[in-house]
Amino acid sequence: MTVSAELELQSFVLLRLGERRFAVAANQIAELVAPSRVFRFPHRTPKIEGVILRRGRIVPVCDVAEALVGKKLATRRLYLIAVRHYGAQREWVALPVTGECELINAEMSATGEFDAPHVAGWISHDGDVIEVLDIDALTPGPDEVLAEVAVREAVEARP
Amino acid sequence: MRPAAPVKSAPVRTEQIILFRISGQLFAVSSASVQEVRSVDSLSGAATEITAPGIRKVRHVVRRGDRSLFIVSGAMHFGLLPSPGMLVFVLRKTRTALLIDGIEKMSTMTRLQALPQSFCHEERQWYRGLTALDQTVVPVVRPEGFLSPEELSLLDAALLPLENLNGDAVEGTELAQ
Repeated sequence: MTVSAELELQSFVLLRLGERRFAVAANQIAELVAPSRVFRFPHRTPKIEGVILRRGRIVPVCDVAEALVGKKLATRRLYLIAVRHYGAQREWVALPVTGECELINAEMSATGEFDAPHVAGWISHDGDVIEVLDIDALTPGPDEVLAEVAVREAVEARP
Repeated sequence: MRPAAPVKSAPVRTEQIILFRISGQLFAVSSASVQEVRSVDSLSGAATEITAPGIRKVRHVVRRGDRSLFIVSGAMHFGLLPSPGMLVFVLRKTRTALLIDGIEKMSTMTRLQALPQSFCHEERQWYRGLTALDQTVVPVVRPEGFLSPEELSLLDAALLPLENLNGDAVEGTELAQ
């Protein structure tokens, strides 16, 4: 491998949701933890199921399986704690996963115009082409509400 | 050589809170925000029925001097299963009297964590934040979050016909969830 090719490699964490594998850039992962008690309370954000306590921090749990594989997870083996950006602010969000996670190095290909917003790129590993997830696009935040308001206003503005 | 003076840690700011339940769910409110705790029975004689379009969580109003307090069903506000409210918190600096199931206990909160930004809908109005108590996470309610200015306008509009009908002589009714 040449030096220039080596520089293209990035670290990714591979995670499993049901039968499918996805990747997240390793620099977006804070830690990987065993499932713990989820505290639930009333709210109106559908993708968030509750919060966990981790090292004194309250971390929201976001089940992304429904968005990515079409159904909620029946079992969860680990929580991948990812870093979510809100402008300059960073917060943790826990993503339940069904299998072991793996750290790999790979070269990421850019997204195409038809890729979903949550796709940050693609990597090739073990003969599979794997989606690299954009945590900011995949998990809820104020942008989501602004988008909903814009859609609602556009519908209401129609004659 | 004199030993270095011990470093004093900054005093931890604490806040007295009341833990209470609505439909089995635990919440907290700053005790400074609660002006009065009344039993439903003690208020029922003074309560008047009210119906405002689109605001199902308020069914009763109580006159207090020259102002009206709207009795908000906590269960309906939070979308919980209906439960027979037993107590009412009269919330300071608001026009809300919150119907709850019961008080769990008084406690002290040492840290209020902002609601994570992943929570991005109405809950941002409902809660001041979250606190961890005895290895449990409890949402801390925002007293002003139970009735929005728009809801208060609608409720005030619904009050007018009642006041015009028979002034202050409206008969009290039983509080119902």
